[in-house]
Amino acid sequence: MDELLQQVASGLANGAIYALVALALVMIFVSTDHINFAQGEMAMFSTYLCWQLIQWGFSFWIALIVAAALSFLIGMTIERTILRPLRHASVLSIVVVFIGLLAIFHSMAGAIWSHTIKEFPSPFPKVSFAGSGYIGPHQIGMIAVTLILLSALFAFFRFTPLGLAMRAAAQNPISARLAGVRVDWMLALGWGLAAAIGAVAGVMVAPAVYLEPNMMAGILLYGFAGALVGGISSPGGAVAGGFIVGVLENLVAFIGNQIERHAGVYIIGNGEKLTVALIIVITVLTLKPSGLFGRITVRRV
Amino acid sequence: MSVLLAVKDLAAFYGPSRALQGVSFELVQGGITALLGANGAGKTTTLRAICGMVRTEGSILFEGRAVNGRATESIVRLGVAHVPEGRGTFTALSVEENLRVAAYTRRDRSAVRQDMDMVFAYFPRLKERLQQQAGTLSGGEQQMLAISRALMLRPRLMLLDEPSFGLAPLIVQEIFRIMRRINEETKVSLLLVEQNAALALDLADQAYVLETGRVVMSGDAASIKNNEQIRRSYLGY
Ligand SMILES: Nc1ncnc2c1ncn2[C@@H]1O[C@H](COP(=O)(O)OP(=O)(O)OP(=O)(O)O)[C@@H](O)[C@H]1O
Ligand SMILES: [Mg+2]
Repeated sequence: MDELLQQVASGLANGAIYALVALALVMIFVSTDHINFAQGEMAMFSTYLCWQLIQWGFSFWIALIVAAALSFLIGMTIERTILRPLRHASVLSIVVVFIGLLAIFHSMAGAIWSHTIKEFPSPFPKVSFAGSGYIGPHQIGMIAVTLILLSALFAFFRFTPLGLAMRAAAQNPISARLAGVRVDWMLALGWGLAAAIGAVAGVMVAPAVYLEPNMMAGILLYGFAGALVGGISSPGGAVAGGFIVGVLENLVAFIGNQIERHAGVYIIGNGEKLTVALIIVITVLTLKPSGLFGRITVRRV
Repeated sequence: MSVLLAVKDLAAFYGPSRALQGVSFELVQGGITALLGANGAGKTTTLRAICGMVRTEGSILFEGRAVNGRATESIVRLGVAHVPEGRGTFTALSVEENLRVAAYTRRDRSAVRQDMDMVFAYFPRLKERLQQQAGTLSGGEQQMLAISRALMLRPRLMLLDEPSFGLAPLIVQEIFRIMRRINEETKVSLLLVEQNAALALDLADQAYVLETGRVVMSGDAASIKNNEQIRRSYLGY
């Protein structure tokens, strides 16, 4: 029982990161219908920026804020300079652009900071990650930072005029224009926010997985799974989906271990948890294509 | 009376195909003008052209300023509100949020609150449904909301695209009565596109008739209404 609770707790910690990545993906998806495959690599690059700032002597939190702000600008710039001209391009060419971006960020990080694994400091007292017993302080910190960021974003979208304008632009760009909203800027802002959220996710997970150019590859996949499970069109759903996937993958490994321990047969373990998590995702999507919390807009005609 | 909108020699295009040709007309400040014509005549396109939603040639002057070539949102910010075909409801937002989006460009908070109250005075039903998801409103209520969104912009010109479309006669009458009040009380000029010519001519003081992308008839509403030959040949009733 104790072990089960620990697994759930550390699943929530991982889930917090997936939730952030899922939210970043959804942020771009709701206004453009595109999945930004480069989201993970952008987050990785942001994490390097933060690491560099820390090397230069900034305190952790200042470095995080500056890195997130820089990422925001990078995200906006990418939208305005690369994606804006491709507004009417086919889905396939957009996908190619995303893959190109992914490769560019990957090789830039490698070129600037080398491919060797770097240790990333935790701002919280001491590090312990998934499966190593009690939930560590860094994991609690990860969950706390995620919840704070999510609350801030929720308040922004719910209570500020700009947040409302962004939602309106995502939902009905033509009507938003007719209300005087500069829809193009709202898209760019969405990209900026997504990049900044990714930066926080990267920096929060880096102390646990170490810093290297491939650090976000698996996490992006989990974040994507979370977004799909929760509902790719629903920010709240994506966040919930991220947490669900985080807990689920640990439960899968936990059940596998129990079976092995008691029955002596190996069925699933840590190696297979991604596979099993993805099977569950596919099952959910088959039964409920819009995701668990996907919004079905009530419309009367 | 001074000219609010002057359209001269306007052509409009969807890709390579031309939907308007040599359209010219003027709207006076504070007036109600009806734009009539059969299906596909180019009424909607004319409204879209005025607020920069289609590619155009020719000149469009709003309060003496050339607006063609400008982005839709900057034309809107100049004081042109467009109540679009199909009403353009933000279906997943609440009624209140729909109204707030429309006031997004305004910084005069107390005036926004006043306008909100003004809108509720015109359409008390919206006040009762403030927190309701706008997509669940009835067609008539959504039309009221669309007009209210336009009002929240404090426009000097309001373009209305078939506000009667798909609504029961009683609701249409109510909405048209309120549009007249809005015109009288806020001094906003209306450019009203309608299939229902009789209804529009009752409200309007000027009218233009479009046929396949050209203006084929214009004059004051009363005389068009009373001229049986025009009614028969252009308006089909
Ligand atoms: N999005 C579009 N793409 C291509 N052609 C269009 C488009 N919208 C309208 N058209 C064409 O432009 C012409 C004018 O259409 P418009 O919608 O302005 O007519 P309308 O007078 O508003 O008709 P209705 O009474 O049916 O609304 C028509 O020939 C129509 O086929
Ligand atoms: Mg039309």
